[in-house]
Amino acid sequence: MSVTHTVAPVEAGRSWFQKLVRARESSLVVLIILLVAVTAAIQPSFIFSDGGWRELLRQPTILILISIGEAIVIITRNIDLSVGSILCLSTYAAGTLFANVPGIPIILVVLVGMLLGAFLGLINGLLVAFLRVPSLVITLGTLYAYRGIAILWIGPHFIRSSWLPADFRALGTMPFLGIPVLLWVVLIVVLLVGWFMTSRRSGRDLYALGSNPEAATLFGLSERRLILGAFTASGALAGLAGLAYLAIFATGDAQVGTGYELQAVAAAVVGGVAIVGGSGSIWGVALGAFFLATISNALPVLGVPSLWQQALVGLFIVGAIMLDRILFISRIRRAKREGSAK
Amino acid sequence: MTATTTTTIIEGARYARHGRPFWRRALLRPESVIVLAIVVLLLIGTFAIPFFAQAYTYQTMILNAGPVLLMLLPVTLVIVTSDIDLSVGSILGFSSALFGLSYQAGVPLWLAAVIGVLAGAFVGVLNGVLVTAIGLPSLAVTIGTLALFRGIAVGLLGTTSITKFPPEIPRFLSSPMWGLPFPPVTIAIVVLAILFGVLLHFTPFGRGIFAIGLSIENAAFSGVAVNRTRFILFVLSGIIAGATGVYFTLQYSNAIGTNGFGFELQVVTAIVLGGVSIWGGKGTLFGALAGGLLIAALNKTLQLAGIGSDTISIVTGVALIFSVVVASIAGFISRRRRSKASALVAAGA
Repeated sequence: MSVTHTVAPVEAGRSWFQKLVRARESSLVVLIILLVAVTAAIQPSFIFSDGGWRELLRQPTILILISIGEAIVIITRNIDLSVGSILCLSTYAAGTLFANVPGIPIILVVLVGMLLGAFLGLINGLLVAFLRVPSLVITLGTLYAYRGIAILWIGPHFIRSSWLPADFRALGTMPFLGIPVLLWVVLIVVLLVGWFMTSRRSGRDLYALGSNPEAATLFGLSERRLILGAFTASGALAGLAGLAYLAIFATGDAQVGTGYELQAVAAAVVGGVAIVGGSGSIWGVALGAFFLATISNALPVLGVPSLWQQALVGLFIVGAIMLDRILFISRIRRAKREGSAK
Repeated sequence: MTATTTTTIIEGARYARHGRPFWRRALLRPESVIVLAIVVLLLIGTFAIPFFAQAYTYQTMILNAGPVLLMLLPVTLVIVTSDIDLSVGSILGFSSALFGLSYQAGVPLWLAAVIGVLAGAFVGVLNGVLVTAIGLPSLAVTIGTLALFRGIAVGLLGTTSITKFPPEIPRFLSSPMWGLPFPPVTIAIVVLAILFGVLLHFTPFGRGIFAIGLSIENAAFSGVAVNRTRFILFVLSGIIAGATGVYFTLQYSNAIGTNGFGFELQVVTAIVLGGVSIWGGKGTLFGALAGGLLIAALNKTLQLAGIGSDTISIVTGVALIFSVVVASIAGFISRRRRSKASALVAAGA
């Protein structure tokens, strides 16, 4: 733990209540509740209708999935800009698979989508890890390259909802214990990834690497293995997000997922992941993604034209990184003061 | 005895540093490879593609690449300091929106243009303050302002577009100058390239830029005004992107919220392709410009070859990856050779 938090001693001295209040997750939860409450007060059907609450929970799932993948990569002090293009390829691969192989089990298609994403992520990881080239450049290149492959492959075609089996289209709406299956899947994935990052050795190693690569290497961690793992995971999650996209919208063309990479980075940053790596939690990122996606749903209801949505997203990114910086500086000041008092 | 040993070491060191004659070193530079690639590409186009070998091809090539070529000049300097500015495409859109809206509201054209440039400068100042005064990483800041100002541009103009500009301006901007196959923007590119080139390579300010890119601490200890330099570069980047926004709007006679969308990626691609290290401290302005021209030539060749604009993104992406891969391998080889050479020197001494 001390590796990941440079100011850990100060944090350790606080009660759990103070920690809870100070955590990014709590402020995001408050923000989300406020947003939903205000929106619902203006237009009750926003949540208090049959489709309303389900839509509210369903729309953000795509962004949540790619954002937690992006977060894993950012935590290792890298960045993955290719997630939008990977999502597109996975969506179309799954769509054509459903169309060409009637009766194919849904779970198999999901696995194929995730494997395709993992493979594309692995290429990113190999290029970054073995050539020691900055991931910004590599994934910028694969952002273009994967999108280009998608355009070549898909051309002007698009996925028709008649290609998809009814069972698959129902994933986004069919309730299991009152909640759509898709939501269960995303919830389980978030919990699994979050548990892995906080409690598993490899997860902590990812934080250690991002916190201080030199120290992590000296300590004996394999930088290559960790980077490969992070990019592969990000690719697989983008692939899964492609399936979620397909289940929700039941369509898709060569432009699916354009610009998602920035939204994913935004969600990670808003969720408390430092862009220089080494800190942030998966729960925070999932909440950040939920918040950003809900804003875009709520804006039209609040009377703001949806055109302004992107400006607001930008404002939240800038605001979140500034807030992080201010908190960091104030924490260091307090640590110094307490240090000199002793 | 001591004197001769010292001489041997110096001779040896000089040998290790300048082992090959000048022309071979010049040929091995990334810039030369890029220029060679451009020449080969144009030759292939001239001989293999019908209608390639005419003035119109070159004129439209420059015309299409103009905005990216303009914006990459200051961004190259930003990248040499190991910062990055991803907001230039959005600044273009923001400036275009303000320029178009104020012109539509009856502001004289020149004043509207000034407003557009100032809008760019404003974003540049904001980036600079956030990066230098508050100390935020430039990658995060400019991703934020990328989303923010694209959002404002789209929000301001909505789904409308402003197209009522004096028709003689776009006609002038896209016509060749003095019978040469170059549109007027060429002058701006050449003049600014010379200015930025001199600034980067022949002034103390420019040496400061390289020093910051190599090590920000060392630069600060050597007396480089680190934050002032970085701030100035972000503002310059904003001003040029703002001016490009005005130019872009006039060239296509169209102000819409999506003007310049995705240009930041083309700018960074061109710069990295041109041999500028994304880690900072290494690269030349000429290389970056050559990288931009190579992408322009690639686009034009593919377009005239009838391969279509679809493949361009693949080619751009692969070219980008390829260039960093080659640079990485070349760096590895030269490091090995250098360490061998210095081992020889050590043995000789």
